[in-house]
Amino acid sequence: MSDQPTGQAANQAADDDVLRAPLLLEYPFRRTTGPVIGAYFTALREGHLVGILDDSGRVICPPVEYDPQSGKSLTKIVPVSSEGEVVHWTWNSMIREGQPFDHPFAWALIKLDGADTPIYHAVDASHEQMSAGMRVRARFALERRGEVSDLECFEPAN
Amino acid sequence: MRDVAIIATAQSKHVRAASTLNEVELIQPVIHEAIEQSGIGRHDFDFTCSGSSDYLAGQPFSFVMTLDAVAAWPPIAESHVEMDGAWALYEAWVKIQTGQADTALVYSYGKSSPGDLPRVLSRMMDPYYEAPLWPTSIDFAALQARVAIADGVTSEAQMAEIANRSRNAAASNPFAQLTSSPEVADLLSSEYLAEPLRKHDCAPITDGGVAVILAAGDKAREHCTRPAWIRGIDHRADGHHINFRNLCVAPSIGIAAEKAGVGMGPVEVAELHACFTHQEPIIKAALGLDESTVVNPSGGPLAANPMMAAGLIRLVEVANRIHSGEVSRGVAHATGGHALQHNLVAVLEGEG
Repeated sequence: MSDQPTGQAANQAADDDVLRAPLLLEYPFRRTTGPVIGAYFTALREGHLVGILDDSGRVICPPVEYDPQSGKSLTKIVPVSSEGEVVHWTWNSMIREGQPFDHPFAWALIKLDGADTPIYHAVDASHEQMSAGMRVRARFALERRGEVSDLECFEPAN
Repeated sequence: MRDVAIIATAQSKHVRAASTLNEVELIQPVIHEAIEQSGIGRHDFDFTCSGSSDYLAGQPFSFVMTLDAVAAWPPIAESHVEMDGAWALYEAWVKIQTGQADTALVYSYGKSSPGDLPRVLSRMMDPYYEAPLWPTSIDFAALQARVAIADGVTSEAQMAEIANRSRNAAASNPFAQLTSSPEVADLLSSEYLAEPLRKHDCAPITDGGVAVILAAGDKAREHCTRPAWIRGIDHRADGHHINFRNLCVAPSIGIAAEKAGVGMGPVEVAELHACFTHQEPIIKAALGLDESTVVNPSGGPLAANPMMAAGLIRLVEVANRIHSGEVSRGVAHATGGHALQHNLVAVLEGEG
């Protein structure tokens, strides 16, 4: 072995000879969602959106179990609109497996009417349509199962 | 508090893909070099701690196999963090503070090349709301950059200057992966990767590793002519949902900086774990640094970004400059999670 090239030299010399095999990583567990995230998914199944009141009276959407500042448990679920405004956005043209669409789309932070924090999601619109401040509305899946994909995306509201 | 110092360091030559090396082969020469440099016997370390990620290695408890690189027989006192090696160093520092160890070997490594790294990093997100959408690390960083530009924290031109400065600085870094940069105007005329980020705004994908030897008090002085003393070290986290905080400020860095005592003296050099150009001004502001501080003279993560090691390398780059006598006081920053969510800050000083 002593005359074998090492480090980078070995990489360059032998890269073509490297054996490759696919590796499928899986996470074979089921999680329970609990009273807060579960309430959100139940609302999605029914075709509307909810948030949660935080310690200072702000509406957080999607709802979280603990106040991001104080750490206290949060329990009061409140309805929010399924329409809102794009706060910030970025364009995704390198589509990867598992993402909401197989065509280019925007990722955005969207402040729903009645919520004080923005939700992160996809917007199905053309690049020309996208701008900060644009109005969007939720598009729900036709068949809903009480999970995050029940909210397919947002789309231009006009 | 006990005085603890970095007394020896080593890095791999960072590359885009170390295809023919497994993790043990990648890190073993690096660990060996750091141990040799310290002059401490390989069986004489009181504690060993490493940082790596099963998500990169593609198997559970992958760090156990990498212990082959440190010769864990006879049995050693050992621990591991599923985090950047900067946090492995933090654990070793705590262990030494408790009096249970006087010396420690710390190392970390990452081989990102076998998978699609931006997609793998989407697994760091909230598993209910965000991870099911499979947004990548670049997608999140792009939104953060949007906020930073909208709030006047930075601009696309400044970001290109940071990319240019960092990669040209890396010309003097023998371990760096990228060691030169096109002119700023050429960078700005390139296409967007994810608006407002262009390719040059993003750290490269890198395979590599790093090792550090820590020692306390006289043990450090005995094995190093000019130890890099850890005068302060602290880490803090912001909430992991990116939508609940103002993305262009990093409160956790500010708290860690205060606890570590960054402002207690001049900062000659700072090595910042900014994997995207727009993050450098965010981190600088949170640390309270001004233009008198030299930032990322090694090139920083924009020149070489081995996952799980790039944060610990920031401490190493500051320590090396103290060992050589080039500087007397510097700050290192390491981060974990998306958009600067979890941050560690350390103040390193030389004596005399």
